[in-house]
Amino acid sequence: MRDLSYDAVMARKNEIMKKAVGIDYEKFMSSDLVFDYEKMMKEVGYTLEKVREIQEETGVGNTPLVELKQINRLIKKIAPKGKGARIFIKDEATNPSGSYKDRRASVSVYHAQKNGYKGVIAATSGNYGAAVASQAAKRGLKCIITQECYDSRWIGQPEILEKGRACEAYGAEVVQLTVGPELFYYTLVLLEETGFFNASLYTPYAIAGVETLGFEIAQQTKDLTGKYPDIVVITHAGGGILTGTARGLKKAGATNTQVVAASVNLKGLHMASDNDFNKKYFTTGHTGFGIPFATFPDRSDVPKNAARALRYMDRYLLVTQGEVFYITEMLAQLEGMQRGPAGNTSLAAAFALALEMDDDKVIVVNETEYTGAGKLPSAQLTFARKMGMEIKRGDPIKEDLPGKRIVIPEHPSQIGYIEFNMDNVRKSYVKEIIKRYNKKNFTEDEIKFMAEDTNTTEEKIKQFIEELLGGE
Amino acid sequence: MKAKKGDWVQIQKTLLKPEERTAPLPDDTKKVPLQMRVKGFLLNDTAEIGEEVEIETLIGRKVSGKLVAINPKYEHNFGEPVPELMTVGIELRKILEGDSNA
Repeated sequence: MRDLSYDAVMARKNEIMKKAVGIDYEKFMSSDLVFDYEKMMKEVGYTLEKVREIQEETGVGNTPLVELKQINRLIKKIAPKGKGARIFIKDEATNPSGSYKDRRASVSVYHAQKNGYKGVIAATSGNYGAAVASQAAKRGLKCIITQECYDSRWIGQPEILEKGRACEAYGAEVVQLTVGPELFYYTLVLLEETGFFNASLYTPYAIAGVETLGFEIAQQTKDLTGKYPDIVVITHAGGGILTGTARGLKKAGATNTQVVAASVNLKGLHMASDNDFNKKYFTTGHTGFGIPFATFPDRSDVPKNAARALRYMDRYLLVTQGEVFYITEMLAQLEGMQRGPAGNTSLAAAFALALEMDDDKVIVVNETEYTGAGKLPSAQLTFARKMGMEIKRGDPIKEDLPGKRIVIPEHPSQIGYIEFNMDNVRKSYVKEIIKRYNKKNFTEDEIKFMAEDTNTTEEKIKQFIEELLGGE
Repeated sequence: MKAKKGDWVQIQKTLLKPEERTAPLPDDTKKVPLQMRVKGFLLNDTAEIGEEVEIETLIGRKVSGKLVAINPKYEHNFGEPVPELMTVGIELRKILEGDSNA
């Protein structure tokens, strides 16, 4: 009998993962910290052309880029003279399972099939589950999705329950767990038991699958406006959509496009807390994932995470839950598009940016997702009220209180953002490295790697190290 | 209510008792067990809620646990109309139509 205790399974992690993803990560690593990211992406992933071919086979991608004409009219009405950028949205909801996650799943499932795996497993409480299940259905593979779904009183998060339903609709087995990071532990148990492929969100396959999104955005924006986007706003959680989109933009030649991350501010709510679990009305795209994954990407389920957001992130903006519910309502009421919640986090940030940018500028929001039961603002806010949240109209930023109060704007001019200082984020990255690797001295190679990994200079990294370790 | 062989059911299983949760966890989570729910077709001839049973999942995997639901329903829904959002569309259209008092 295998020892299924937490410690025993975690001790077998590397061995299980090697079989389940088939990547020899050590080949790219020159130390625990330093590895050759581009080499890994090149050798393990697939070329953009091949990914397009794989995605064409299962009807993924080539989604419309839609100008939000009514919203853009509204922006021009309330913006100062000469301001009011145009917003376009990439309608990723038109993918087979209803989100960009089909791109992220497509290459993994193709790779699993090609290599003779009988099935795929993914640990995800998000749309990714439905995407893996849908791609597996198309390629005739079995699929298990593990979700963190309930608190200890068996109260399920409606958005996650909906995603579980979608997985079952595509023929997947859904394993629903109570709150805790041990979701990963149990996924390892299942990988070992079944011998299935680990369709991790964080392999080079997953990220290569997203590059087509950035590539299409660059081309479509150029076709529609005569230039590449000035800004692409991207809802940020684990870093995969940001990394993949940014890489795709660059591959298309859109090297001057600014990449702006946006997350819902859930400050103060603990991600692994049983009590806090149902006090969050966004299950992803929030700071609880966004900040930890930006500052230490290698917390993921693979030895080296291919989603490395700080390499590509130019700005990081936070919006509130109330603003995103409001903009979701706006998108339905003014554009006739019921979508979200995921892409609407970046839409809220895009709206705020558009108000202050010149009227000849172009902003692209890089995703929408399908909506419905469990996901709609009505579903989430009804649930929030049941959980004791106060919901009111007011100033969505000043009055916002994650875990206690959700404030819906009274006027669109109240939509704004809180800007994170990128150097503080980079400094947190260095702090995490010091803590995780228990390091006080760094080689030139390590400094160089950290500078590349956070898109800054080696001088800056040295300065952060000095500031963090100065007294020692 | 009794479930019979082949019925679509849901089972529950404790994966880790509180004392077996050795991962770094906040105190509130550490106090409760890690539990699992999974659905499948009942393999036992008959069973009552609360009994230990075995099921076969949608992909043919066999799992055992305590029977908690027969033909489990999806409990999430569209929610109730939210008064704080009900008028947003009307307000926005007024601004577009140029009502300066909006």
